[in-house]
Amino acid sequence: MELSGAEILWECLMREGVEVVFGIPGGANMPIYDAMLKYPVHHVLVRHEQGAAHMADGYARASGKVGVAMATSGPGATNLVTGIATAMMDSSPVVFITGQVHAHLIGGDAFQETDVTGITLPITKHNYLVTRAEEIAQVVREAFYIARTGRPGPVLIDICKNAQIQKTEFVYPEKVELPGYKPPRTAPAAELKKAAQMIKEARRPVILAGHGLLISRAYREMQELAHRAHIPVAMTLLGIGSMPASDPLNLGMMGMHGEAYCNLAIQNADLLIALGMRFDDRVTGNLKTYAPHARKIHVEIDPSEVHKNVVVDLPLFGDLKAVLTDLLPYIEEARHDEWFEQIEEWRTDSDSRDIIYWPDDGKLYTAHVIRSIWEATQGKATLTTGVGQHQMWGAQYYPFEEPYRFITSGGAGTMGFGVPAALGVWFTDKSRDVWVIDGDGSFQMTQAELSTIVQEGASIKIAIMNNHFLGMVRQWQEFFFDSRYAATPLHGPDFVKIAEAHGIPARRITKPEEVKDALQFANQTRGPVLLDFFVEMEEAVYPMVPAGADLHDMIRRPVREKSAA
Amino acid sequence: MQHTLIALVENKPGVLNRVASLFRRRNFNIESLNVGHTDRKDISRMTIVINSDEVDARKVEANLYKLVNVIDVHDVSTQPAVIRDLALIKVKAALDQRAEIANLASIFRGRIVDVAADSVIVEITGTEDKIESLVELLRPFGILEMVRTGQVAMLRGGYEPVRHTPGAGSNGHHPEDVLELD
Repeated sequence: MELSGAEILWECLMREGVEVVFGIPGGANMPIYDAMLKYPVHHVLVRHEQGAAHMADGYARASGKVGVAMATSGPGATNLVTGIATAMMDSSPVVFITGQVHAHLIGGDAFQETDVTGITLPITKHNYLVTRAEEIAQVVREAFYIARTGRPGPVLIDICKNAQIQKTEFVYPEKVELPGYKPPRTAPAAELKKAAQMIKEARRPVILAGHGLLISRAYREMQELAHRAHIPVAMTLLGIGSMPASDPLNLGMMGMHGEAYCNLAIQNADLLIALGMRFDDRVTGNLKTYAPHARKIHVEIDPSEVHKNVVVDLPLFGDLKAVLTDLLPYIEEARHDEWFEQIEEWRTDSDSRDIIYWPDDGKLYTAHVIRSIWEATQGKATLTTGVGQHQMWGAQYYPFEEPYRFITSGGAGTMGFGVPAALGVWFTDKSRDVWVIDGDGSFQMTQAELSTIVQEGASIKIAIMNNHFLGMVRQWQEFFFDSRYAATPLHGPDFVKIAEAHGIPARRITKPEEVKDALQFANQTRGPVLLDFFVEMEEAVYPMVPAGADLHDMIRRPVREKSAA
Repeated sequence: MQHTLIALVENKPGVLNRVASLFRRRNFNIESLNVGHTDRKDISRMTIVINSDEVDARKVEANLYKLVNVIDVHDVSTQPAVIRDLALIKVKAALDQRAEIANLASIFRGRIVDVAADSVIVEITGTEDKIESLVELLRPFGILEMVRTGQVAMLRGGYEPVRHTPGAGSNGHHPEDVLELD
């Protein structure tokens, strides 16, 4: 049967199980949008293409399915760029479909022509320029396959307008043939035995649990490994949820704003078992002094990540789920009680400094607000965040029992991720309790998507931790630039009025005693709600490992005398 | 140390750009890069020479491997390989100097491929050292122009078409992933 290129595109998307796409139509992708009307797919009209990218990304992270975002050529496509880079850094499977000018116009600086495959080459896992309708089916099939397999990532398909219009015979390719694309599957038995031996010999082992455990759905296998061999688990920001927060083996988050006892455990370990993490500078600090006593096992699907930052003793290449499943039979029961006693000592010291145990002093602290949200949602909400202080406090003070509940931009650190990502998450399951923990700075970067949330009738609760600052930069200025607050004070608008202008019920909260009531209001209101928390303006996230400093060299929160009352 | 990598890549538009972009993006320096056809229409072959330590060479290999259009990568630096470079050198040559230049070229198994009134073009194939030696000997005559292809390399002996994961040792070998080279 002869179909237009645009129809072939949708035929292929249907076969990939695509139910929702996020995007904006424009001159160069109008045939795609016109053909869309014939297919059972829900299109979410965003207000800025960056929003579409983050929505598709949030959708992908929360569901494990491939997200799809669309844009027209030129500025439509370039607006996606931040979102593509965000998905790339966090290995999120998203297929981006952009319109391109007619093939015969390419290279001639036609209206809204931009070299989109050129621009996105270093921030996609792979990309395609399609100039003929005959290529579309094969390319779409490959794009989805590449996006979701191996180390997942964004794939962009740039389709010329003539290819969208041309009619051709539609033949769905039976299989994908990519001679240069063969991600490693699992490690051989000899290497697994070596790993098991190293684990057996360790006295102070630590598991470093990364995003790969969630992507590969291997967290149960990791938990089994940890429990059987009695190994504490430190999580990266994106690894959060791979181990239930309440599990006694869980050390919480590692790195720059990780728990002090967690970082100390890593620095004193004699074996690190790195699972689906990449020794990012935000988790290692100074590489020269990083975990100096530890032998290192690194399970990783992407060979370019092994030995990149930290040279390891034993790399195991493969898919985490397969490698851990194959490794578990060699793992023996063990106890490391002494090691845990030592960690417990560090933990007690950490608790004594923790703001969460401070008595009410009339001030509204973000940490307390987030803990209250945790209570109000029974710890079962899915959180998305922007980037900055509120993001770190979210990671620290909202303990997660389940994976895929903390959706945040890690590697790229993209402010403005929270609101659009939340809408993407909501589309994976509309009964999900979705909360955005945002900063006033981050929120304003993509606040246009409030209209999209309203248009979709999405039940999303937005909690802005409003400190009237670009808070994290302010904190760095306080610590490292003698409190010279260059361009960090934000004279924000009235977020309550902005919400109300969108028809979103909203409240402002300025005192601790108003928190509970506001959260109840949010929980009882159907549809979106916005809460504007006027939090302490100059609070800092502790502990903090200054960039490039030794991981054990943390700036700690000053110990505060408990009030007599 | 100099590392010589052989990459088999799909013969598709933009693949050279992907490879070049990778070197820029990861901050690796290319000494020379040669691209050409193989016996198969759909596969091109690159020989890439980089000046780097062992760690960086491995990173280059692993990053090349990561490109979807790159079919296989081999670091042949430590293996017995035939490595060749071709140079065309245009040398100033007065009538009475031609014989001398031809003589020098022939010592290096080079030859004169063009003669003009006051210059000749010498063609030479060989290793980098050999070419450089000849260039130094020709320099006093006056080099007008020179072009080099950059190195091309091929492993000696039988070819094992096994895809491997860089740096993985035996761990990365997947015997079932033998490349179908005809």
